[in-house]
Amino acid sequence: MKFWDWNFTFEILPLLARAALVTLEATVIGFVVAAILGLCFAIGRMFGPKWLSIPLAGFIEFIRSTPLLIQIFFIYFVFPEFGVEIDAMTAGVLALGLHYATYCSEVYRAGLANIPRGQWEASTALNMSTFHVFRDVIIPQAIPPIVPALGNYLVALFKDTPLLSAIAVLELMQTAKIIGSENFRYTEPITLVGLIFLIFSLIAAALVRAVEVWLRRRVTHS
Amino acid sequence: MSTDPSVAISPVDERSGPMVRFEKVMKSYGSLVVLNDLDLEVARGEKVAIIGPSGSGKTTVLRMLMTLERIDRGMIFVDGEPLTSMNRNGELVASDAKHLRRMRGKIGMVFQHFNLFPHMSALKNCMEAPCTVLGLSKMEAEARGRELLSMVGLGDKLFHYPSQLSGGQQQRVAIARALAMRPKVMLFDEVTSALDPELVGEVLNVIRKIAAELDVTMLMVTHQMGFAKEFADRVCFFYGGRICEQGPPEKIFVSPENERTRQFLRACLEAT
Repeated sequence: MKFWDWNFTFEILPLLARAALVTLEATVIGFVVAAILGLCFAIGRMFGPKWLSIPLAGFIEFIRSTPLLIQIFFIYFVFPEFGVEIDAMTAGVLALGLHYATYCSEVYRAGLANIPRGQWEASTALNMSTFHVFRDVIIPQAIPPIVPALGNYLVALFKDTPLLSAIAVLELMQTAKIIGSENFRYTEPITLVGLIFLIFSLIAAALVRAVEVWLRRRVTHS
Repeated sequence: MSTDPSVAISPVDERSGPMVRFEKVMKSYGSLVVLNDLDLEVARGEKVAIIGPSGSGKTTVLRMLMTLERIDRGMIFVDGEPLTSMNRNGELVASDAKHLRRMRGKIGMVFQHFNLFPHMSALKNCMEAPCTVLGLSKMEAEARGRELLSMVGLGDKLFHYPSQLSGGQQQRVAIARALAMRPKVMLFDEVTSALDPELVGEVLNVIRKIAAELDVTMLMVTHQMGFAKEFADRVCFFYGGRICEQGPPEKIFVSPENERTRQFLRACLEAT
């Protein structure tokens, strides 16, 4: 038996490509959830009333201090006990989004805390509503500096998607495992999965860098 | 507003009463008393300069009017209406958000450090609040912004961002931005203190122009004694959280009665 079989490689490539789409889908949706929910967490924690900010802080700590895999299992296997049936992909994406939302919320918090007090005061003096202050003044200034940190979490979330294989989502890792066990050959599928992850991670990092440069130019205009 | 005759505050005629009235206003931070039973009245259209040593509560007066600072005790009236409290069923209760926003609409403020929005052009800075708060259309807000920016001499810098403008230019944008909300009262909080000396004149010229052209009540905390003398209808000298001496500039600057006023003015003179 050869160490590396090129015929086998080309045979399984389409299967893995299809699985890569599932991985990408989980990453994109998961990160959108994380980015939006994370911002809500940060704002609720920093500016919300006590009855919201204190439980929220506890919840964030709880999620951050427990493994993602357990959260995935919990949503997929335990939620149905309470009558909440979710398919594997949705459960996985939800867990990924929620888990990374707590990390993103810390990043947002740093970004929001860095806005000078004068910006808030000027907004008050102009009689702006809280909604418009956040949408037009605070958030547009808070986000650009934290894009690199958010980008890191995008890549980290992407690299955590193989955990979804634990609840049988047909993403890259699960597909590679199935190919391996059906053909008794693991070298090619697992190596290819690793390569696909590497390529996507590099592309994602480059994209984040590009967004960062674009945002910085938009803000400073110098 | 309630028409209940048992209303706790006497209704003030909105046209003839003072534009701003402080009644026994107290403010302290811990044990530090910033304003001590302050009484102050500013008539409609009056230009008042507030001078005094640092820590005398000058800036706090403006910040309270802009609702950036809470008061501990007393009442503030703007345009005949209570600012920090409101009438509900004939009783005076703390202002809710809606009342505060309505009252804030009467007041505009210019800050020492400009506080322009750095991610918006000069024109956008002037359009943001008129669009989102007053509900002006983009075209109306832009027309208003262009007009005000040319009034402050920046008609050719509409699309410059704050980082591309000098301090004096930024402060002039900030003045235009505040005026775009058509306030009845304008507050100037040491607006030239953060500027290089050669840029002070251009900002003061703009304030002169506003005073001459617009019917707006002005309160100005300043260290520019020369400007206060020429610009103000009345000068208030603050000391220890209250008005120590006030009067027309000719009197305060030429023949002050209070020893503290004299000391302060002498110190200012020595510094220049």
